Order: sequence, then C-alpha cells, then structure tokens
Amino acid sequence: MSHDSSQNPSHIRLKGVEKIYPNGYKAIHGIDMEIEEGEFIVLVGPSGCGKSTLLRMVAGLEGITSGEVHIAGRKVNELEPSQRDIAMVFQNYALYPHMTVYKNMAYGLKNLGTPKDEIDKRVNEVAKLLELEKLLDRRPKQLSGGQRQRVAMGRAIVRKPTAFLFDEPLSNLDAKLRVQMRLVIKNLQARLGTTTLYVTHDQVEAMTMADRLIVLKDGIAEQIGTPMELYDKPKTKFVAGFIGSPAMNFIEAKLANDGIELHFGGINFTLKEKLNSQTSNITFGFRPEHITLSNNGALNLKVELIEHLGAESIIHSKLGETPITLRLNGHIDAKNGDTLNANINVDSYHFFDSESGVRI
Amino acid sequence: MIENRPVSTAISHIVLLAGVAIVLFPIWITIVAASHDVARLLEVPLPLGLGDQFFENLKQVVGKGVEGSTPIGIMLFNSLVMALMIAFGKISISLLSAYAIVYFDFRFRMLFFWMIFITLMLPVEVRILPTYEVVAQLGMLDTYWGLTIPLIASATATFMFRQTFLSVPDELLEAARIDGAGPMQFFWDILLPVSRTSIAAMFVILFIYGWNQYLWPLLITTDKNMVTIVMSIKGMMEALEETPKWHHIMMTALLAMIPPVLVVIGMQKLFVKGLTETEK
Repeated sequence: MSHDSSQNPSHIRLKGVEKIYPNGYKAIHGIDMEIEEGEFIVLVGPSGCGKSTLLRMVAGLEGITSGEVHIAGRKVNELEPSQRDIAMVFQNYALYPHMTVYKNMAYGLKNLGTPKDEIDKRVNEVAKLLELEKLLDRRPKQLSGGQRQRVAMGRAIVRKPTAFLFDEPLSNLDAKLRVQMRLVIKNLQARLGTTTLYVTHDQVEAMTMADRLIVLKDGIAEQIGTPMELYDKPKTKFVAGFIGSPAMNFIEAKLANDGIELHFGGINFTLKEKLNSQTSNITFGFRPEHITLSNNGALNLKVELIEHLGAESIIHSKLGETPITLRLNGHIDAKNGDTLNANINVDSYHFFDSESGVRI
Repeated sequence: MIENRPVSTAISHIVLLAGVAIVLFPIWITIVAASHDVARLLEVPLPLGLGDQFFENLKQVVGKGVEGSTPIGIMLFNSLVMALMIAFGKISISLLSAYAIVYFDFRFRMLFFWMIFITLMLPVEVRILPTYEVVAQLGMLDTYWGLTIPLIASATATFMFRQTFLSVPDELLEAARIDGAGPMQFFWDILLPVSRTSIAAMFVILFIYGWNQYLWPLLITTDKNMVTIVMSIKGMMEALEETPKWHHIMMTALLAMIPPVLVVIGMQKLFVKGLTETEK
C-alpha cells in the first residue's frame, strides 16, 4: 500500500457493481464507471436512489453482491475498509466524542503504526491547512458545526489516502456555511489532487463541485457526464428535470406531419428540422432560462406568481393546464393574472419519449 | 414548573419532606442507638436524642470488635472485596456479552439474548440449592470466588449495556473501521469511553447490590475470617445467648452503611448522567 501517488495512480473502477439485500431488494443495478486520478465525482439523486449505498460499497462498509470495485489497480471487493486506503467523511461527522481534535485526527495513523513524531507532523500540517491549530485540544462537543466539519475532513486528509469519500458532508450546515464549505472542499481537493467521490442530494452542490457527476435513480445510473453535458444534453427526462434550477419545463405533445410539427394545447409548433422518432407521443422540454418574451410569441402564458430575486425574476405561469416556469433577467413588470407572450429559443429544445423518458 | 402556584408548591414540599423523614428516621435511630450505653437502650421509652457514648462505642467496636464476632476490619474488608468483585465481574461480563449481541451478527443471536434475559427470573434465591451444590463441588466454599462467582452473571447489566450500545451511532463504528480499528480496538478505544457514564451508573448499582448480599454469604461461609459485615449484624443479635449489645450492633450497622454512601456520593454526577443521558 503506497501513499506515493506518482507510482500508484489513484484510479477507481466500478465493473457491473450490484447490490441486492437479503430481502431481495435490488438497491444498485450494475453500475460501470472509470474514475481518473484526481477527479471530483459527485453521486447525485433523490433520497433512496442508492447513492449512499454505492459510496459505502466503495468504502467497504456495505458488501458487494456482484461486480468488482478496483481502487488504485487493486480489486478491493474482499478487503476491509481500512485496507482500501480510502478516507470517509460522514454526514454527522462521526467524530469520536471522547477524543480531542488532535486525537481524532491521529487515531487512524496510530492504528497504522505510524511513528509518533510523524503523526505529530502530519496532524499539525493538516490543522494548519484547515485552520484548526487553536482547536487541537478541544473535544468535538466544544466545536461549532463548521468546525466539526473541518475536523472530519482533517481526519480524512491526514491519512493521505488514495481517495476521499464524502457522504452528504454539508447537509447539517446552515445555508451560508454550506456555500462556503463547498468552496473550501473544492479548493482543497484541487490542491491535494486526491480522487474524490462525493454524495449529495443537492443538485446545485453537485453542479458546482463536480468534474463529472453520476445521476442515480432507483439504483440505476441514469447518466454519467460533466455538469455541462448533463445540462445541455440530458439523456433522460429524469436527468433533465433533476439538473438545473428552476427545473426544466415539460409539455406532453403529439408529433405530427412526418415529424416536423408538434401539437400541444391547441398550438401547432413547427420544428426547424424533422424529428426522427418511433413514437408520436413526445415530451417536449425547455429550460426556464431559454424563454424570451416577445409580442408575437407562440406561447400565451398566464402569470400565476412572480418571484423577484433582484438580478432576475422567476415567473410561474400556466400554458393551458401545464405549469411553465420562466427565468428572465432583471425586473419584469407584470402582475398575477397577466398574459405574457413568449418564444422558446430554437436551439434549446429537448425531446423525450413520453413512455420511456429517453432522449430523442 | 415555571408558573408560581404557592399552594401546590407547599403541598409538594410537604410530601417531599415527609418522604425524607420516612427515609431518615431509621438512620437517625441507628445513630442515636450507637451513641448510648447498653443500659439506656434497654429502658423504655427508647431515646430519641443523642447520647454521649458515641465515640466510646466507636472506639470499642473499631478497636476491640464486638464480643463473639470477627474483628470489624476483616468484615469490612471481606464485604469490600465481595462488592468490588461482584461489581467488576458483572460489568466485565455484561459489557462483553452486550458487545457480542449488538455488534456481531452470529447465528441464534436473538436466542442467546433471550436466554440471558430470562435469567432475570432466576435470582440466587431461586436456584440456591443447585448453586450451593456446584460451588461446594468446585471446592469454593469459604472463598472469595465462591462468594462472588454465582452472583456475577447479570441480565440486568447486559440489557442496560445493550441499550447503551444501541444508542451509539453506527457511524462511529464505521469511522473506526475506516481508521483501521479491529473489533477489540473499537471496544477499548471508542465504545468503552463513550459508555463510561453508563458503566459508572451500573457500578454504583452493582456495588450496593454486592455489598448488601446477605443470604448467599450466610450459606457458603463457615470460616470466621470470611464473614461479611452485613451478615455479621444478624449474627451479633443472636450471639452468646445474652441480651443483644444494641449500642455496638448499631455502631456496626452505621459503619456498614458508610462505603455504599461514599460510592453513591462520589459517583452521583456520573450516575445521574449515565441513567438520563441520551446523546452519546
């Protein structure tokens, strides 16, 4: 087990990883993924999608039913968590309550048989990095949430592992601190260059932190890609709706006239080019920020609620019975009940098969 | 109660004071009896105020002992050894069995748990003959082992530690596993320190339980040097077929009360914490 990353490239490989619980419930359906050294990978999805389970399988806290997990070129399926050369940060931090900050960070190194002065050196280095020097003699109880969070990270960093695993580390912090810590973690990871797997249910966190992300739903990897790939070309309706805030608008439509016309809510919408589709039942998607107001716009939207955010306005409206959200720059002078005419930017259409949800 | 209701405050104080009086009265009588000479205690009515013989009696009991009885020092020592062995024995065994039941997934785990649990229905008094037989066969009569081992297995403590361990967050175990701690290391380094208040609370309860053992020591000790202080008090009342020496008996009783009181007072803070603390 070498800690020298130049000799031993950090590299996590998941090959057909599956998890089936003894009661027959299949939590993870065959996930394949290659993670390059130094990548920041975010596992994101709604609660119960299996993202934490997958992370815990990589950590060794959860058994692997079938498939293989490789870390730094070694198959680790049968290895104990401590032998996998990973470090984990838990949602509730899981600091040892009876140990000082120093001992919390030193405990893992002590168990590895690291010499005392080496432990001392490393703990002090990391404490400096995370601005914990003055807190080393405190107990976790005497720390604030943000400080505990940093200690939990320090405990992970001090071991110089092949990979960091984060399990929703920011969800116990208040909103402002969460945004701060997001940056701290991202910067630290970039500086240390350690491969990272990060679990969150917050898509904004996922988008801002990830080099690449995995969107999970019911134990299935819906899409793996960079944040912009997922934003621009979501592979499924689920990904399209999950990534981006406010969420994408969807309209159920019928494809007609040999794939060149779209019918919905009494509107005949002519497409720029022919859409090749097996089915005529189409879900038409477009993002709130890809709508512009225009006097001769095709959509007649009835305003229901306006949120003024200063730099932009979020308008919740209805097209017939379908809710449509608009995101417009600046202040919009409209009242509830007004009708707005709008167009959708031509390059920003998304089409999905209504039945399977797959992108067309 | 935040609101100010003088009537209910008064009533609750009266009830509390009555409770205190009921608890304190016998102790007061003990102190009073220990402070008179034997002649005064045989007169009617019995005295309710302190006499002047307290230190005289103390000197007599501690220095020379009560006639016909083992010296008080030996008895106190025997009681102390018995109470400590029972308390430590019960705590060690219960900690280990609770650890096994909570953290290890072995076959028939729940069966074992319930088997331990139903021993609650089998205190020493119920199984006294077979237990005596076993102890006698093992040659442990008149030994400290014989005094303590049959009392050590404890379902109550196992159950209590099980509850304590269940309230320890799983993430602590997981963090320790990632930090490379094996099962026994996790037990020593994390679980025991985290459960220390519960252990202290159990120690207080079990020390008093051990100290107050009467029937079992009475059965298996015949050697004068193995007599414990609690059983000796009864013996003193029947000694030598003469009038009981109440002033010395009460002084002995008073001395017998001191160690449990010290344990309770010394560990009071941890005791309360151990029984009420929910957050680990």
